Amino acid sequence: MARFNLKVNGEARVVDADPDTPMLYVLRDYLELKGPKFGCGLAQCGACTIHVNGEAVRSCVLRIDALRDGAVTTLEALGTSAKPSQLQQAFIDEQAAQCGYCINGMIMTSAALLAKNKSPSEAEIRAALADNLCRCGTHQRIVAAVKRAAAA
Amino acid sequence: MTTSSSRTSFDRRDFLKASGILTIGFSMSSVAGSAGAATLRAPKSVVKETIDSWITISSENRVTIFCGKVDLGTGARTALAQLAAEELDVPFDRIEMVMGDTATTPDQWLTAGNLTIFQGGSELRRAAASARRALVDRAAARLGVPAGELNVEDGVVHVKTDPGRSVHYGELIGDGLKLEVDAKITLKKAPEYKIIGKSIPRVDIPGKVTGEFTYVHDVRLPGMLHARVIRPDDHGARITSIDDSAARQVGGYLQTVRKGDFLAVVARNEWAAIKAARAIRVDWTAGTGLPDQATVFDTWRKRPVAKEEVTQDVGNARLALDGSAKRIKATYNFAVQTHATIGPSCAVADFKDGKLTIWTSSQATHSMQQEVAVITGLPREAIRLVFIEGAGCYGRNGTEDAAADAALISMLIRQPVRVQWSRADETARAPKSPPRTIDLEAGLDAQGDVVAWTGDFYIALNHIAAFKPLDFPLLAATETGIPRPGNWVGFLFQNSGQPYQFPNIRVNTRHIAEAFFRSSHLRSPGRIENSYANEGFMDELAAAANADPAEFRLRYLKDQRAIDVLQAAMKLANWQARPGPNPNAGSGPVVKGRGIAYLRYNNAITYVAAVAEVEVNKDTGEIRVTRVCASHDCGEMVNPDGVANQVEGGVLQTVSRTLMESVTWDRDKVTSVDWASYPIMRHTQAPKVEIALIDRPGTIAWGAGEPMACAIPAAIANAVFDATGARLRSVPFIPEKVKAALAGAQPHRG
Repeated sequence: MARFNLKVNGEARVVDADPDTPMLYVLRDYLELKGPKFGCGLAQCGACTIHVNGEAVRSCVLRIDALRDGAVTTLEALGTSAKPSQLQQAFIDEQAAQCGYCINGMIMTSAALLAKNKSPSEAEIRAALADNLCRCGTHQRIVAAVKRAAAA
Repeated sequence: MTTSSSRTSFDRRDFLKASGILTIGFSMSSVAGSAGAATLRAPKSVVKETIDSWITISSENRVTIFCGKVDLGTGARTALAQLAAEELDVPFDRIEMVMGDTATTPDQWLTAGNLTIFQGGSELRRAAASARRALVDRAAARLGVPAGELNVEDGVVHVKTDPGRSVHYGELIGDGLKLEVDAKITLKKAPEYKIIGKSIPRVDIPGKVTGEFTYVHDVRLPGMLHARVIRPDDHGARITSIDDSAARQVGGYLQTVRKGDFLAVVARNEWAAIKAARAIRVDWTAGTGLPDQATVFDTWRKRPVAKEEVTQDVGNARLALDGSAKRIKATYNFAVQTHATIGPSCAVADFKDGKLTIWTSSQATHSMQQEVAVITGLPREAIRLVFIEGAGCYGRNGTEDAAADAALISMLIRQPVRVQWSRADETARAPKSPPRTIDLEAGLDAQGDVVAWTGDFYIALNHIAAFKPLDFPLLAATETGIPRPGNWVGFLFQNSGQPYQFPNIRVNTRHIAEAFFRSSHLRSPGRIENSYANEGFMDELAAAANADPAEFRLRYLKDQRAIDVLQAAMKLANWQARPGPNPNAGSGPVVKGRGIAYLRYNNAITYVAAVAEVEVNKDTGEIRVTRVCASHDCGEMVNPDGVANQVEGGVLQTVSRTLMESVTWDRDKVTSVDWASYPIMRHTQAPKVEIALIDRPGTIAWGAGEPMACAIPAAIANAVFDATGARLRSVPFIPEKVKAALAGAQPHRG
């Protein structure tokens, strides 16, 4: 057990946890956030995606002791249902979810893409999301939502 | 806080205040519904015959709908709320939906079988219409005018000729609606609709894209512990001995729980539970073994048959076959697949004071009362299941197992506990679809017309009847020595019969007594495999008759709605009539083709057709589906965009199932355990999907969750034939199989 000083969604947080604890469990179980999801624990599906210093990373394989002074952003910090971000609004406008379990990863990965590339092509969007798996078959609406946000 | 071994230095409420984000607990919003222990509702009437079981109205005019069907990520919450709002004449946003809570909602049987709108929605509409009539009658008495002179708008009853004289539902509700639902009540007609038929945005999506939505994975109870269940890799292996000394060294570990072959570790937090589960050492017996996967379909057809049933018998197919000018036969196979839910199953259970409460994303909460009673020994009445949405399940995945796991552990440790399955638990250990092998033979006359069609379908035996509780072999039952008889695989005979007007047809189903794996229904069970074979073979007949495959189908369709749906797909795809294979497929390694398929779900309800366009790399055997044009007629559409979302999902998920999905195993164990060994389609592989929805207001609303998927495997197989001249008769169409088919294909004509 060790003490870690974290920066999560703009707030300083102190967590006592085993150093090998993946950030996914730190965020979900200790900080009670619901955005990042457990999908595989193997960095294969992307449901757990968060941003560390603006980069999309897989929180299920990122140990808390490897975070160092990285600033963590989760889906919750992008916007709320009362005041969604442009990207979240685009997902609402396109009705781009079925079960929605993968959507955290789709939005966090797309947000990181759009931060670097303001007007990605469809091929670039699909390539950026290639390692984010969706089981319901919402792919077309997800890509449309990212395009809509980019065009907004 | 959920653990005592860890803490945060900030007060949670301060954090929330500072961030301005509601992230914790069980947020309430009208139709989006509520979740979790904090808002457990008081038990109430649930008998289907009484209006109060379905609908309550507050004195402030808020309407709560209690629905036995649940939302499996399909948008059913929104669509069912539309139906209720329409019949009640209340604004859509005044409705709160409670779904699948055994203590407060009527038992509407499983949320399955494409029945949510058709059966579940109809029941709800009749209850809502009965409520409206009762309230109008009360208003008539209150206002002193005949009911016929009253109208309802937005939950306010007023006199038609004097709208100022009015009374709202909340003033009329009194102590509720303890009245009978009128099973024959007249429902609203299409021209009267204000809410049905509108693409109202789904109520759950804003919460889902912001992290506010509570999934079952997010349920947290005070004092809740975390457990993982330890199961063998080898199929059917049992515990010889355990050594949990290493698990005991894990910080946060609390205890090991064992009952027979059921073994779990319990910890203060989830990561500790995972580490303890990895650390525990178990000696297992040898397993019971699995058949050689390379010859699985031969093995399958030789297994003992429990019963045979003829599903279609027209004319004399044997005689007509013998007299035909040209006979063609083929065998089609469909692999064992799995639900591959993106979020592994999870449940929370709390056993307290002799009562067991389970929070679960089960599609079968009412059935599960009985299933859990058998495992726990509790009376059914002492068990409450509360539905909270999970990741999409597409049938019975691991959700019900996880619910039983949590129930049993909570009983044994007398504490609230959360059980989260691992990726390998879900991919390898959740129930599977059974294999399918199908023999077809047909005869053509000298003009190329079909004179006979015969089929033999080797399908798994279904052990239960519709609208009965299940006695499914949940893992927690088997492992604690409670044998349960049966696979619940769905009605696999459906769509074995022909939708085409052939003069002689005989279709037989052979129901295999035991599958290799624990088997359950996976999206469109039976219909998808049977339609793949039937529509693939129909394409073979069209080619044998040197006919355009779409026109060939139209020859044998008399039902105008069938013709309309097929022509809608053709129009969308700009279908040019010609026989296959494609004379302009291309001369390089990558060749192009198009294929079509049609079916009517259950040969009784929703009509669908699809045109798939493919590129096949003859060198690598890789198929790329580039475009799918899908047409769909499910009758009246409650929410057209909701239908579109389901149709798109049905197409895209099935492209994945068709091209790449197969459970794999060796002689001891399942070897497809994660996304590397059970790959599904990625964004870079997804085709463009175009859809044509045919709306039929005023006709029965049949449902849209399952039918579209059934057309996709054959449409792709037929497109590959068009591109290459090779027939793909075994799903999935992995490159090795494609190359083998290409090696045996006839050279192109011309």
